[in-house]
Amino acid sequence: MYTQSFNVPDASNVQSEHRDIQPVLTEFEQESMAKAQLHFDQIIDADGKIEPKAWMPDAYRKTLVRQISQHAHSEIVGMLPEGNWISRAPSLKRKAILIAKVQDEGGHGLYLYSAAETLGTTRDQMLDALHTGRAKYSSIFNYPTLTWADVGVIGWLVDGAAIMNQIPLCRCSYGPYARAMVRICKEESFHQRQGFESLMVMMQGTAEQKSMVQDAVNRWWWKCLAMFGPPDADSTNSTQGMRWGIKRVSNDDLRQKFVDATVPQAAVLGVTLPDPELKWNEARGHHDYGQIDWDEFWATVNGNGPCNTERLATRVKAHEDGQWVRDAAMAYARKQRLRQTQLQEAA
Amino acid sequence: MSTETSLANEWPLWEVFIRSKQGVEHKHCGSLHAADAQQALHMARDVYTRRQEGVSIWVIPSASITASDPDDKDSMFEPAKDKVYRHPTFFVIPDEVGHM
Repeated sequence: MYTQSFNVPDASNVQSEHRDIQPVLTEFEQESMAKAQLHFDQIIDADGKIEPKAWMPDAYRKTLVRQISQHAHSEIVGMLPEGNWISRAPSLKRKAILIAKVQDEGGHGLYLYSAAETLGTTRDQMLDALHTGRAKYSSIFNYPTLTWADVGVIGWLVDGAAIMNQIPLCRCSYGPYARAMVRICKEESFHQRQGFESLMVMMQGTAEQKSMVQDAVNRWWWKCLAMFGPPDADSTNSTQGMRWGIKRVSNDDLRQKFVDATVPQAAVLGVTLPDPELKWNEARGHHDYGQIDWDEFWATVNGNGPCNTERLATRVKAHEDGQWVRDAAMAYARKQRLRQTQLQEAA
Repeated sequence: MSTETSLANEWPLWEVFIRSKQGVEHKHCGSLHAADAQQALHMARDVYTRRQEGVSIWVIPSASITASDPDDKDSMFEPAKDKVYRHPTFFVIPDEVGHM
């Protein structure tokens, strides 16, 4: 799951961009640089793919590293709100489904870290940026999962919004990212459907169970709309992202698509969406919807959401608690290699 | 978590190739970090075959792969471009010969 609100800079970027010193280039270097840029532009214009070792502008590389690593972080942190419910799932069947889903999220994080590493950053650098709070991840995971209905709603709405965001990324100009997204999108549909189906079961239950579903929808709806990122008018990096073939559809267009797709689903489920201004606009051929609270969105992005501290602390603890395992595995591998060499020398 | 110590301890990178079914070749599907080959195989199973995507896995240390340089693309592949006679469609055969 993912949001494309990742046009937000990481905490470190402002600083590091200032620190970049432009080297003085000879005439020959300038010429070959211009040639490389021209070749890159031609590939982008032809809607072709850029592959890892090919020349690319520094800003393209930096943007991708930031976006792909933030995407990866989101998958990894995204395991936490739902992981919370694995031990309390209402049946063995739901538990098995939830474990499979959370494992998928971990897998998605790994595909994406690998894709980012092809751009010259290391796994440890990315994890370090996450763990020290410099790197952003999707703000949707900084809200709590209060009841079992939240797990269903996350599948239906949060993953539903993520799918809308992710499908255009399968056509991203950077090959490894596009390929990772194809794999992720294939798996994501299960996430949304299991969530919707689990809510349908609850909606056939007691009045209390039904109201749990409605309550969860009320709490998540606006946060899901915010997942698509700031309105196009305020989205400063969008034009460049579109030019580079990294971003394919605008925030507002995707958000509209999500609203239009979700309204009929809510009707089937039998819940209302908490927006008095939500109604079909015949002239536009789309649903109109109310104002999103962007102050809340930015407060959460900037670290002041209800669970920011807890999520990061859990993540750091998991990483630190696993350190001895990583060290032991390396020590074992080293010992095995050494033994092999000694055996060969003896023979 | 200083970069120096962690770099030394970062698990090496492996490239993963999967045969999706008997009769087709192994195909590159991604990469992962693992301490050794056995662990890389286990990891590859969990990361890349959660939905029966494969019947066989290869893992290869990424550092062992020698790749052609994208900058050499022209000198590497250009020579094949003007040898159109290597394709069957270069040769015109009368229709009455039928399929050949």
